[in-house]
Amino acid sequence: MMVNTTQGEMDESLLEKKTGVIDNDIEHTEWIEYYLSGELVHRSAHITLKEPAVALSALGGF
Amino acid sequence: MANVQGLCSSFKSEVLMAVHALGQGTGVPAHTVSTADVIKAALFLVTGSRGVADTVYNTTGELAGTGNYTQGGINVTMANAPSTTTTIGWFNPSASLVWNNLTSSGAFDCVVLYNSSQGNKEISVHTFSSQSITAGTLTLTMPASDSSNALIRIA
Repeated sequence: MMVNTTQGEMDESLLEKKTGVIDNDIEHTEWIEYYLSGELVHRSAHITLKEPAVALSALGGF
Repeated sequence: MANVQGLCSSFKSEVLMAVHALGQGTGVPAHTVSTADVIKAALFLVTGSRGVADTVYNTTGELAGTGNYTQGGINVTMANAPSTTTTIGWFNPSASLVWNNLTSSGAFDCVVLYNSSQGNKEISVHTFSSQSITAGTLTLTMPASDSSNALIRIA
C-alpha cells in the first residue's frame, strides 16, 4: 500500500507504523503514524465525536 | 487559553429570532428561508481560546492557511433538516468533515461551526483530544443523528 508522506508517496513496507486509540465520553479517535528513519512523515486521525453541545431550556415563572 | 465546548450563547438567542436556517424550511412562517444557510467548520489550535462567549467567527487561533488548510474551514454537509422529539430539538451534519493531504500548522483540539450565510455568526464549539496531522487526513465523524447523540441539541 502506498502512503502519502512529507517526502511523497512511499510504500508502506519502507516505513515504521504506529497506531493508537483514544476512547472516552467525548470522542473515539484512531490515529496512525508512519516514520522513516525515525522521522515522522505521515500522521492521520479519525475522530468520531460523541459529546453533543447541549443547551438546556428553562421556563421562568410569573 | 484552552478551548471550551458548548453552544454559543449568542446562538441560543439567535435561534429564537430565526436567524439561522440549519435546514430547509417547510410550511412555516414566511420569514423562514426555502434553503438552508451555509454552515462552515473551522479548526482551532489548542491555544485558540474558543468558547461559548464567541459570537462571530474570526481567524484568531485558527490553523494557519498552510499545509492544504484554508482558513475559514470547509462547508458542512446538511442533507437532513433539524428534527425534534417531544422535548428535544437536534441538528446533526449529514456527513463527516474531512481534510485531505493536510499538514496542520500546530496542535489543534477544536472545531467551530459557524453560519457563513449570516455574517459568520458562530453556532458551537466542539473540543476533542489534541491532534496534529502530517501529510495525512483528518476525518471528523459525526455522532448518531438522534435526540440523544446529535452534535447540537436543545433540550
